[in-house]
Amino acid sequence: MTEWPILTVTIFLPILGASIIFFIKEEETSLSNIKWAALLTSIGTFIFSCLIWLQFDNSIAEYQLSEKHQWFTDFNFNYHIGVDGISLFMILLSTFLTPFCILASWISINKRIKEYMMAFLFLETVLLGMFSSIDILLFYIFFESVLIPMFLIIGVWGGERRIYATFKFFLYTLLGSVLMLVAIIFIYQLTNSMSISELQGNFFSKNIQIYLWLAFFASFAVKIPMWPFHTWLPDAHVEAPTAGSVILAGVLLKMGGYGFIRFSLGMLPEASEFFLPLIMIMSIIAIIYTSLVALAQTDIKKLIAYSSVAHMGMVTIGIFLVNQQGIEGAIILMISHGVVSAALFLSVGVIYDRMHTLDISFYGGLVNNMPLYSVSFMIFVLASVGLPGTSGFVGEFLIIMGAFKYSSLLALFSATGIILSAVYMLYLYKRIIFGQMSNVKLKDILDIDFREKIILYPLIIMIILIGIFPNIFLDPMRLPIELIINNYEFANAK
Amino acid sequence: MPLLGFLYCAFVGSYFHDRVSQLVTTFLLTISTFLSWIIFLQYLEGANTTIIHILNWITSGSFSADWSLRVDALTATMMVVVTTVSACVHLYSVGYMNEDKSINRFMGYLSLFTFFMLMLVSSNNLLQMFFGWEGVGLSSYLLIGFWHHKDSANKAAIKAFILNRVGDFGFVLGIVGVFFIFGSINFDIIFTDAINYQNHAFNFLGLSLSTIDTLCFLLFIGAMGKSAQLGLHTWLPDAMEGPTPVSALIHAATMVTAGIFMVARMSPLFQYAEFTNLFIIFIGASTAIFAASIALTQNDIKRVIAYSTCSQLGYMFFAAGLGAYNAAIFHLMTHGFFKALLFLSAGSVIQAMKHEQDMRKMGGLFIKIPFTGTMMWIGSLAIIGFPFFSGYYSKESILENAYFSTSGMAQYAYVVGVFTALLTAFYSWRLLLMTFHGKPRATEETFNQVHESPKVMTISLAILAIGTIFSGSILADFFIGPKQEVFWNHAVVLIHTAQHNIPFVQTLTIKSTVAAGILLAAMLYFYKKGLTKSLSRNFQLLYLISYNKWYVDELYNSIFVQPFFYIASIFWKKGDIYIIDEYGPNGISKLINYFSKRLSLFQSGYLYHYAFVMLGGLVIILTWFVYY
Repeated sequence: MTEWPILTVTIFLPILGASIIFFIKEEETSLSNIKWAALLTSIGTFIFSCLIWLQFDNSIAEYQLSEKHQWFTDFNFNYHIGVDGISLFMILLSTFLTPFCILASWISINKRIKEYMMAFLFLETVLLGMFSSIDILLFYIFFESVLIPMFLIIGVWGGERRIYATFKFFLYTLLGSVLMLVAIIFIYQLTNSMSISELQGNFFSKNIQIYLWLAFFASFAVKIPMWPFHTWLPDAHVEAPTAGSVILAGVLLKMGGYGFIRFSLGMLPEASEFFLPLIMIMSIIAIIYTSLVALAQTDIKKLIAYSSVAHMGMVTIGIFLVNQQGIEGAIILMISHGVVSAALFLSVGVIYDRMHTLDISFYGGLVNNMPLYSVSFMIFVLASVGLPGTSGFVGEFLIIMGAFKYSSLLALFSATGIILSAVYMLYLYKRIIFGQMSNVKLKDILDIDFREKIILYPLIIMIILIGIFPNIFLDPMRLPIELIINNYEFANAK
Repeated sequence: MPLLGFLYCAFVGSYFHDRVSQLVTTFLLTISTFLSWIIFLQYLEGANTTIIHILNWITSGSFSADWSLRVDALTATMMVVVTTVSACVHLYSVGYMNEDKSINRFMGYLSLFTFFMLMLVSSNNLLQMFFGWEGVGLSSYLLIGFWHHKDSANKAAIKAFILNRVGDFGFVLGIVGVFFIFGSINFDIIFTDAINYQNHAFNFLGLSLSTIDTLCFLLFIGAMGKSAQLGLHTWLPDAMEGPTPVSALIHAATMVTAGIFMVARMSPLFQYAEFTNLFIIFIGASTAIFAASIALTQNDIKRVIAYSTCSQLGYMFFAAGLGAYNAAIFHLMTHGFFKALLFLSAGSVIQAMKHEQDMRKMGGLFIKIPFTGTMMWIGSLAIIGFPFFSGYYSKESILENAYFSTSGMAQYAYVVGVFTALLTAFYSWRLLLMTFHGKPRATEETFNQVHESPKVMTISLAILAIGTIFSGSILADFFIGPKQEVFWNHAVVLIHTAQHNIPFVQTLTIKSTVAAGILLAAMLYFYKKGLTKSLSRNFQLLYLISYNKWYVDELYNSIFVQPFFYIASIFWKKGDIYIIDEYGPNGISKLINYFSKRLSLFQSGYLYHYAFVMLGGLVIILTWFVYY
């Protein structure tokens, strides 16, 4: 326990930044102040989250640095937050990516900059809040609040078909949320408790678990997204501004995975066991089906979006295997995917800013004018493909290893992702980067400038860091995962 | 020793950063080469296996993998081959790539490749090996597509990467399976435990399969991809789109032999895999003859050599399948030298001919470039197994092993091996004669401009030629001869059969088939020019099959590639857009729209409409009350 509430400070720092921005008048001269304020706030938040990591104790399985305050006196609702090895990296991922988002929007956003920056900082706060809440109601509030800034970011600063995309995005998520709310109320009725940590275990009868599980599933499966609830994702990505895509792929998708681990596995173990075959089948379809769909895309962002769905298929397999390798692999893959897909979308943003199109056939031969860009993009592509030494490999390998423990057939299917991802990503790379520069409009395209280097290079370092030293990430999450697995096995052994 | 090994890796690491100039990379590699020769010489006297632990890589549950180096006779051999050939290729590229715009990038890739290759051969567990394995795949991809403005080069690069990935798919499953069975992926544990699982079996889809067989089979799929064996071989000839030094280094001497290396490395496991060994022999022997049959009719000088590589790899594999791992590795080493020599000489020819690769436009070049010509002769003599050249010892030893092995598959391999030797002799001489002898077929202008390559290139050719001539006779004792026990020191499994000498009749058969091959080629391409045409006409079907590489590419294209894209677009257009979206979000919104339109009809604003609805409602409610 620390002397001062570092977690709360970290969570609400972005809001503080946002409120300062609120008081800056939006004028031609103050625009850069707004941007700098947003950037500094997000960097500050990142530093604070690193402090959390430093104070984090790997040898504790339960929540640490927790803070608890009574909220409603008549009900058992609390402002109760804390971190464990699972949420720690989700928090770090969010704080790590937000500065890049703000940097990426530095020049590409040119209307309502003030509101845009505020939306982003607000988004950061609710994400951090969500990943660190221990109280379910608090979790729900943050979970839903994510929708608001995201809805605005796509709807206001998005592309041409943004209204359709936001509508689709909202419709899908809302459906899940409503069911989740019902489930939460139901849980409170039964147990009179809203604490995630208290409810870890097996408190409900199997029948109730199944209903609760389905309700949570509706919400998380849409978020992560699983096949066949994935079609909102490509549209949302295409219409979102670059930074929106980054945060969407980088962090928002992880909410689903995080929810699965916390709620489905942690609270409803018997139902998870019951639905396991369903999850596995859906995940395998996701991997193969969406990989093929990715191959057929003509739009860069859509292709990457579909590849996200395929990767998330791997993640759901890993999570519901409920063994050490599977879950650790899934979390590492989520972190890795957070960084890699963010990097890919940022790279796409670089050429989108120059050419304002996402059509693959428009590009070609970029390597001639943009050698640095080509190298960075290559590294991101390889990480996405899961080349050993990059972050993508560790997660995928651990998941396949976990899958083999469960069934060799499952391992066989999940390993097909190895081939398929190579096919669509390299095909994409070839079409954009290699070849003759045939399009006249590309003649004067410039290589990445200083700002873009600052965006892309740290991501490369991060990718290789995770790939070569995954243990610094695996160590903290070991014990919490063991706890979940033990609970799970105990519940199902009865 | 450990210190040496560590220094060695530090060098690898350091030149990997420094790609600024050709000098640095070449110089550093030369140092590595010397160091690895020193290591190798220690092993000739029978040094022990050394393992250097560096760092823990992944720990998850009971699974753990380290970064560490393992050096034994096998690794030392590979290191020598890799660094020597790589150093020669570096040196050669200084001359060959002289006019290219991005020399730095090229040298950087070459060194990167060498780094990964060394990681591969010196790893102490399967996962690190996989790291090197994929790493060399990546560098190969980058180098094949080095001339990225050429569309064919890009396609070849992708093809290479993807076919390798198909192999890796098996490899990953193999690694995972090994962990599952043995509880570890460290070589020592696997090797000592292997014997306990000899009769172990497991269930897969209701079938009971031998565990070790299955694991080895999966690993072998990886090896097939990397070493371009039948079925996954099509990327290798296409890989010739890359610059010639690359072909020499990656696609002849080192990377493609990684598959053999892996099988030899895992030999304590493979020795128990009876069925898989038969499969390996079958694939190896078939690849040998299959690739050789294609090499007969190709006209591109590099493609001929590429198919010959494929075929020689087949030899190595069936040797490994027979359990003659030492013979396989020996052939790997000699092949590394003479194939690199052949490729680099071919590169020299190509450069002399102003980037012309078609042999039909060459001929009579010997007078112009005698040095290159001599080198090519040396290489060719070695590849056909001419006595006292390096290829002679290793190939002879492989055939010997096949001859003494009793199984039916080994007999098949032997017959195929001997026949392939004939084909090898034929295509090698065809290449020699078409390129260097006979009447010049090039235009006068080009022919007059033909000149010998610069010094840096010829020096590296000379170094390789020395290796080609002497590596066999000097090292045969250690690899396959009386000193083999001391040298290998349990690095690979040796079979203990009494060393018979192959019957005289058989040696004679082998030698005479080779001679027949040469004579045939000489007859066709030197004396009777017209005969080739009439032959190809008379045996048109056979000729076409060989010329079109047995139509494997076309087959793959129509079985895999096209349906793949077709299904992909169906899934997208029909699956996602038509079914999921239509019945999902769009469907719901349409439904709501529809009902809201219907409902809005009620809001008509006419009083009598409202009155009517109210009346109707009242009636329904009343009825409800009356009945319940």
